[in-house]
Amino acid sequence: MRGIEVRLEGLSKHFGRVVALRSLDLEVRAGEMVAFLGPSGCGKTTTLLLVAGIYRPTTGAIYFGDRRVDGLHPRDRDVGMVFQSYALYPHLTLFENIAFPLRLKRRPEAEVRAKVSQTAELLGIGHVLDRRPGQVSGGQQQRAALARALVKEPQVLLLDEPLSNLDAQVRLQARAEIRRLQRDLGVTTILVTHDQAEALAMADRVAVFSTGEVQQYATPLELYQRPQNTFVAGFVGHPPMNVVRGRLEDGTFEADGWRCRVPRLSYRGEGYLGVRPEDLRVGGEVEARVLVAETLGREQLVTVRVGATELKLLAAQADGFAADSVVKLDIPPDRVHLFDAAGRRIG
Amino acid sequence: MPLLPVRWRWLVASGFLLCAPIVAGMAWLVLTALFDRVHGLVPAGPLAPENWAFVGSPSVGGRPPAVVALLNSVLFSFAVAAVAIVVASMAAYAISCLHFPGRSLYLAVVLVLHAFPAVSLLIAIFYILRVLGLFDTLVGVILVKTALELPLGIWLMKGFFDFLSWEMEMAALVDGMSRWGVFWKVALPMVRPGLLALGTFALLSAWGEFILPFTLIVSSRSWTLATYLQSFLTEAFTDFGMVAAVGLFYALPVLVLFGLGQRYLLNLYGGGVKG
Repeated sequence: MRGIEVRLEGLSKHFGRVVALRSLDLEVRAGEMVAFLGPSGCGKTTTLLLVAGIYRPTTGAIYFGDRRVDGLHPRDRDVGMVFQSYALYPHLTLFENIAFPLRLKRRPEAEVRAKVSQTAELLGIGHVLDRRPGQVSGGQQQRAALARALVKEPQVLLLDEPLSNLDAQVRLQARAEIRRLQRDLGVTTILVTHDQAEALAMADRVAVFSTGEVQQYATPLELYQRPQNTFVAGFVGHPPMNVVRGRLEDGTFEADGWRCRVPRLSYRGEGYLGVRPEDLRVGGEVEARVLVAETLGREQLVTVRVGATELKLLAAQADGFAADSVVKLDIPPDRVHLFDAAGRRIG
Repeated sequence: MPLLPVRWRWLVASGFLLCAPIVAGMAWLVLTALFDRVHGLVPAGPLAPENWAFVGSPSVGGRPPAVVALLNSVLFSFAVAAVAIVVASMAAYAISCLHFPGRSLYLAVVLVLHAFPAVSLLIAIFYILRVLGLFDTLVGVILVKTALELPLGIWLMKGFFDFLSWEMEMAALVDGMSRWGVFWKVALPMVRPGLLALGTFALLSAWGEFILPFTLIVSSRSWTLATYLQSFLTEAFTDFGMVAAVGLFYALPVLVLFGLGQRYLLNLYGGGVKG
């Protein structure tokens, strides 16, 4: 199974007067796993369904390698897809569910049997093939859906929130399994998810969607370290980054009732300062009042008030933060993210 | 089984009381059909097989043989049910699952159609059938009756299709099915309870239909049991024993069918989709 490169060019989709997706350009390299991440209604699932051929684009083109596919029927695109609800046929056994795409292609019975059992073994559901979807666990249903998508050896694998119906524990396991399987098979994969942990953990690159547009398309680490705008800054990372509105002057950021030092920039005027809770430390010059400290286990999440602004910081569990006490906060200039008035990254 | 709670006993008792007139009427029908004379609900004469003479007799007094009317009724009812199932399920699927312009308008118009009583349409239907050359044919009445059954059928089936898993259909598309194949092999099997309900309603409604065959069919060879029964109710003299026997003859096939299909009918809503 060899993956193929997927290219979206000027892709848009309108539903009546609603614009679900506006002019998207995006490329997925052969064998790469890419996650579409975003809140609901951001256009990520629409894009996936466009790639699958279930929706027809309003404008733009989709290429698999050199082949233009946006005019093709789903069955002629050679994609495998796993749906959020798994969409297994309730009246068929898991074996027949997995065999379904092969039967539609009228493959010989021996080949069907061989491929189904091979794929099922790969996913560890070989022993429940004679059961129906309603008689196996959620995790097994999910694997059966994945097996059905993989059994026809597609060039592109599409996963629509494949893990969201699983228990937390099974989910972590499935996450690693899907990733390993995808690497071994080398199939180009697009994963749609609203769970950033899932996206960051599984994907080679992540496209962050919001309001029908891609906000940033980068590796998980780059998303975390250099968010391109305030949306990505606030969306990626847990707990989320503190994003504060204020004024940028020469080497300082001034917010409502407080100020701090930031790197020198040519930009002056309204803007945003972003700083991650894990980058905030005690022992600086910004005076803050502790509002509440929440225990997370290894760490604690402390909410403090600086001037009129609430900030969150992650601190070691051992540090004491009494409510209403005053602490001195250090906002390290080399760890802050600066954005202009429109929310675009400037430093 | 434990005794019913007191407040339930009252409910059950009044239920029986309400049903009593209907039960009595049915009992009278059966008794009158079987016996020469009946006083109240007590048979007063010997058994009267002559009431059932119509079953074997060839056409009498312009009537077709009873068997012909029976076959016509069976043909009429099953044809109406079959055509209603096919057309309503396809129309409902399109309305429920496909996007096309004028979809909601169409749905509203379908409902308005249902508001017309059949009688008010008779004259128009008469002319249309005349023009199409379908007047006085069973095919013509089948088409008209089916058309009248469709609004309810479309709405009923739309309800079933609305509950279908959209993702399951999409999965079938991606797996290599055609749009048509998805309808036949994925959507239809999952709304089987709805098809059965629609078929049953249409069948029973057609079986009991009187006005349409009575007005749109003249030749006795195309009579259904409803018009056949009506022909025994003359102004001059009515043989109630025979009318009761024909009535029973008319009701019997439905009762047999219900007896056979009971298990499926009561399971109508038992076969949903399980995740």
